[in-house]
Amino acid sequence: MTPPPPGIRLEGVGLDFGNAPLFRGLDLLVAAGHMTVLLGASGVGKTSLLRMIGGLAAPDYGRITADDDLPLAGRVAWMGQQDLLLPWASVLDNVTLGARLRGERPDLDRARHLLGCVGLADQAAALPAALSGGMRQRAALARVLYENRPVVLMDEPFSALDSITRARMQDLAGRMLAARTVVLITHDPLEACRLADAMLLMAGNPATITSLAVPEGAAPRPVDAPAVLSAQASLLRRMMQ
Amino acid sequence: MRAAQVGAMTRPVFSRRGMAVLRPVLTCAGLVALWGALARWGHVPPYMLPAPDAVARALWSGRAQLEPAAVTTLEETLLGLGIGVGAGSALAIAMALWAPLRRWVMPMVLLSQAVPVFALAPLLVLWFGFGMASKVVMAVLVIFFPVTSALGDGLRQTEAGWMDLARTMGATRWRVLVHIRLPAAMPAFATGVRMATAIAPIGAVVGEWVGASSGLGFLMQTANTRFQTDLMFAALAVLAVMTVLLWWGVDRLLARALYWQPPHADID
Repeated sequence: MTPPPPGIRLEGVGLDFGNAPLFRGLDLLVAAGHMTVLLGASGVGKTSLLRMIGGLAAPDYGRITADDDLPLAGRVAWMGQQDLLLPWASVLDNVTLGARLRGERPDLDRARHLLGCVGLADQAAALPAALSGGMRQRAALARVLYENRPVVLMDEPFSALDSITRARMQDLAGRMLAARTVVLITHDPLEACRLADAMLLMAGNPATITSLAVPEGAAPRPVDAPAVLSAQASLLRRMMQ
Repeated sequence: MRAAQVGAMTRPVFSRRGMAVLRPVLTCAGLVALWGALARWGHVPPYMLPAPDAVARALWSGRAQLEPAAVTTLEETLLGLGIGVGAGSALAIAMALWAPLRRWVMPMVLLSQAVPVFALAPLLVLWFGFGMASKVVMAVLVIFFPVTSALGDGLRQTEAGWMDLARTMGATRWRVLVHIRLPAAMPAFATGVRMATAIAPIGAVVGEWVGASSGLGFLMQTANTRFQTDLMFAALAVLAVMTVLLWWGVDRLLARALYWQPPHADID
């Protein structure tokens, strides 16, 4: 049972890059139990912002808190652009890495169950080198699920995959991460339109955040839904401006 | 037909593994042939450069001296290797866990490399005696730096993404070291151990040159003073073969330990 997901509050958050402000005075509430997709050009500060939410970096200004006033630390799971699987550990050991790093006894049955959920039941003993790119990202998703954290931060997790595998991973992630507070960074308008419960565009110098309209229907939306395709086109047009 | 002809033309005569064995054998045979030609037709007196066949005869006739000498040098080398790798690894890990230690100790480790180990040998014999201890300490001194340096570099270059992941998972520094940093540093460590294995016998033999009552270095020194150059070369050949076999054994062990890494042949 996943603990109830908190919302995430950003109050006056700012970060400088050298002497220049990357962003300043960001105020935002990331809705609890929803997938919030953050879009924006490379270098605008999306990953820096995500790292701050994950406690991996400190903001120069402002503060980031959970809306239930409990600490965010220990309630966040991370999934990056790279799968970050340890090459010397089996898929099963990679999934249970968090338990071993915390000195807990790994729950192997649950890990195997989660591997089954992401379609890797037969690969539990395999080394990451034996897996395809899509399988590696599914193993990384199983690792996130094993952590069972109410907040999940994802930094372009599917960007290195081919379009078919990416679409399948979007379906899987959308289903498996439902009811958690998810912040997903992506450059892909289609991915954003399929998965977002809330959509934010980060742009400008210093960057500001604008809320965008989300296509109708529950996420993950079908890849060929007219609302998704139409929203994708207008989003792409907006991002190109 | 045409495809079969092309296949037959492009198929190598020896397999990759066969070539890996054949290459050093051919190189050694070439060098021995060159040496033989120089000894026979180069007008070099035998007390300066004995012919390969004379060395082969010395290998056989001097086996009663060579065998115990080789065992002594091997023992010194293995002990030096074990202690040097252990101590070098311990220091590298301690420096990785505690940055101030690195800032204080690393200059001393570098300084130890600036003093030639050959210059230290007489002192070490004076301090540790003519027995095995001084030779083991020599071997340890020779290999300490490559091991410490290689493992230290490996520990400092852990993939940043893994460290971030570990932080979000609530890992302790010690567990990150055990489960992530040390395994990730193993390829660099293996490079240091391979280098240490190749040079450890040098430390032992230099120690034996300065003061010993047994070992290949001692035998070489004795043979040199008696103008038994063929026996000296025989001892040198035993040392070379011993070092190559030791390196090969360690290399196999490391390759097995680094099971997730592609084999050397794939890297070539």
